[in-house]
Amino acid sequence: MTVIEKQTLIGKAIPKLDGPKKVTGEARYVQDIELPRMLFAKILRSSRVHARIVRIDTSAARKLPGVHAVITAADTPGVPLGHGKDNPPLKSDKVRSLRDEVAAVAAESEDIAERALSLIEVDYEDLPAVFDPNAALLDDAPVIHESHPDNIPFTYEYSQGDVGQGERDSDVVIEDKFTLHFVTHCCMGVSGAVAQFDADDNLTVYSQTQVPFLYKKDIAPIIDVPPEKIRVIQPSIGGGFGSKLDIYPFEPICILLARATRRPVKLTFTREEEFLASPTRQPVELTLRSGVKKDGTLTFRDVATVHDNGAYTSWGATTPFVIMQTISSLYRVPHCSYRTTVVYTNNPYSGSFRGFGNLQATFAVESHMDKLAEAVAMDPLAFRLQNAQQPGETTPQGMVFRSCGLAECLTTAAERSGFVEKHARYSRYGRGQNGQGGPVKRGVGIASLLHVGGGAKIYRSDGCGTMLKIDDYGHVTVLTGASEIGQGSETVIAQFVAEELGLPISSISVVNDDSELTPWDVGVHASRTTFIAGNSAQRAARKAREKLLAAAATKLELSAEELDLREGNVTRADTGEALLELPRLIRSLHFAKKSEVVMTAEYYEPPSVPQDKEFKGDVSASYAFGTQVVELEVDTETGVIRIVKVTAAHDVGRVINSLGIQGQIEGGVAMGMGYAISEHLLVDEGVIQNPCFRDYKLVTAPEMPEIDMHFIETLDPEGPSGAKGVGEAPAICIAAAVVNAVYNATGTRFDSLPLTPERVLRRLKNHA
Amino acid sequence: MSLEKEIHFRVNGNLTSVEVPVTMNALAMIRDRLKLTGTKRGCEEGECGSCTILVDGVSVNACLMFAVDCDGRDLTTIEGIRTAEGLSPLQKLFVEEWAVQCGFCTPGMVMQGTYLLSQNREMSVEDIKRGIEGNLCRCTGYKKVIAAIAGALHATPRRGEEKEDS
Repeated sequence: MTVIEKQTLIGKAIPKLDGPKKVTGEARYVQDIELPRMLFAKILRSSRVHARIVRIDTSAARKLPGVHAVITAADTPGVPLGHGKDNPPLKSDKVRSLRDEVAAVAAESEDIAERALSLIEVDYEDLPAVFDPNAALLDDAPVIHESHPDNIPFTYEYSQGDVGQGERDSDVVIEDKFTLHFVTHCCMGVSGAVAQFDADDNLTVYSQTQVPFLYKKDIAPIIDVPPEKIRVIQPSIGGGFGSKLDIYPFEPICILLARATRRPVKLTFTREEEFLASPTRQPVELTLRSGVKKDGTLTFRDVATVHDNGAYTSWGATTPFVIMQTISSLYRVPHCSYRTTVVYTNNPYSGSFRGFGNLQATFAVESHMDKLAEAVAMDPLAFRLQNAQQPGETTPQGMVFRSCGLAECLTTAAERSGFVEKHARYSRYGRGQNGQGGPVKRGVGIASLLHVGGGAKIYRSDGCGTMLKIDDYGHVTVLTGASEIGQGSETVIAQFVAEELGLPISSISVVNDDSELTPWDVGVHASRTTFIAGNSAQRAARKAREKLLAAAATKLELSAEELDLREGNVTRADTGEALLELPRLIRSLHFAKKSEVVMTAEYYEPPSVPQDKEFKGDVSASYAFGTQVVELEVDTETGVIRIVKVTAAHDVGRVINSLGIQGQIEGGVAMGMGYAISEHLLVDEGVIQNPCFRDYKLVTAPEMPEIDMHFIETLDPEGPSGAKGVGEAPAICIAAAVVNAVYNATGTRFDSLPLTPERVLRRLKNHA
Repeated sequence: MSLEKEIHFRVNGNLTSVEVPVTMNALAMIRDRLKLTGTKRGCEEGECGSCTILVDGVSVNACLMFAVDCDGRDLTTIEGIRTAEGLSPLQKLFVEEWAVQCGFCTPGMVMQGTYLLSQNREMSVEDIKRGIEGNLCRCTGYKKVIAAIAGALHATPRRGEEKEDS
């Protein structure tokens, strides 16, 4: 008798399924797509930051041999795109930022297309421009969009309790202004698309979108193609991080050129163009007033923010949804008030970027937590623990923390890093007291985070579909709506399915790149894929399991409860005795009198609810928490900050793939470090000054600190096998931990980023 | 019209000749002429390392090299690393260590790692970090890339991967 032990894939270090094709160069990205008769497109962008378009003359460009089409706004349906529907793919009346698309060319080669661009004549009449959102709010400010004479596309107001009461309850009140800067995604694969119409006017677009199904709906009116005639194929995507959540002008332009020429058209950015014309993280000016009682209890928070929207409205304008969550609910605060004004300027416009406003919010809130702790003479850890959210809590904003590992994250990160002792010691030594007078000061800082970990119900559905079939060799094909953008969703989904069906991971194929085949999903955002797509895949696999066990029970004349699926066999549940090979069972179903195939489908809709008009509601099915402690050195003679160690404790619900989750944390730490100390998209009067990697400083390998990771497994009751989302979380709180550590080291507190050597040195000199 | 020149070289073991404009860079020739699209175009100014190839065994940013300078040389691209025997030990470790996320920088990382391993099998972790400083990655935070290369130090090199004694 063959006995098969029960094994689990959950929590294991399963290699990434798309690894082999990526390490061999076989993976095809948009840049690698080549179709017969394909043309190449280039976009002419505005040379002015704010100007009326007087005349566009494309006649010389059209005459250039090899040019197949030149289009301007006149050749488009004229429907604006983007989350705010204020951005025509090609501009007709005026340009509002330097990136604005004015005309586009499709030609035999990129070189010809570029030469054609140089032949297009555009006459502009300059308009007064505005780059500072506060200046854009003044009565006599230039108007960016005539539809919004006040330059305000959105405002948000949220309140809970009574801030006046909170203020009266406070023993200490402090107020600070925090200023956050422009950064951008820097996906290693630049933006691009390939579009092709067939003889029947069906459109196939090879797109990098993170949201293929919303994409079809959103792009349809802009290109005047019915959504049902659009097929979205997602080749391997060279980085997302939120940048591919919206429609940007280049895609409709590529599609319109394909229609104009009746040939496949490919459009890819140069790296410089990627810096100039892809979205940014939104700059935020945040004024925060907080109060505390002498005993360390938080009393209120009063927040006003101004967001630089840039010239058009993409998802950046909606980040207040996330910002207010951190303000109201990371710690227990009875009274809260929050107001945001989103302001048009002639700057580059802001999109969604990993963390979605939370890096900015957490920077302010966690800087203030340290100041408040100091004001009441508590250590930063004890102060945070006293105010930390607990499991089972419903916050005043309506979020229900069915699982919450915040306190455990705080204590774990603090204990493992020796935070309390080091914080006390460095604050004495680091500031040159007690004889430690060297130029390099050491400091340690702590910060925590709250983020959605089970999707976010911002659409009517936050669901994901799965279809699953098992062939007569026991091989499973999983068709999921969830996109793979490198984060590893494919592998995690395969693990959930393999686990239910007792199969090795090699028996699972995941299809996730073709809207013609895959069922609907909202898209990759809000750290939702493991949770939502995982739940969907797990449930589809459970249905298949039930079907297989029922069939096996009949065949073996046993009850389904007595059976299990292990390593491709039907076994006895108790002893593990192998009774029947799975392929044989499936073949017997195919060839039975009443034959059937093993196919299942599932649409998982999380039990979250949309926020009400007051922005209250349990918007996610689960919430992620984490704490990071940063230990660093500040060279007070050069201003250079060296991050020595990051201790990261994250409430991940449950680890599904240990390597994947480490990868998210390591990558998030690197991205958050860049935000804190080196990355800065320098925008001067609407002009990006550093559109290249030489001058825009990503973190490189030698700068990576030691990372000590701890996974707090709170086993979320709604999560698949207890898991919650962790995609965005690791990038969120590190900037706050860095400024807290710099304060610990030097006694100088920064209220803006990044902490580049020049800025650090200048501040330290002024402070001394 | 730009001047063209016919060049002869070896790529991934095969003798090849192409006629290229003298202004073309090696990256464009490799991707657009030879259709070896595993080599990635990340910045085209030598800053990101996505287009790293080996020229006579030395790692080079293909975007910074003129195509005509490939004449008479021996090129290895990512397509030449996997052999009939399968993935190289380093490639296997990239997969096993999850040193890959979006994968766009990965071919360049594998090429640079292959080069580093060919030069020094006693590298420290610091040596590896410095060795891949010119290869940018936005996804992984480099940790698992470093671990994969460090792991390969202990793997048996395949034939042809040992450092040649001269």
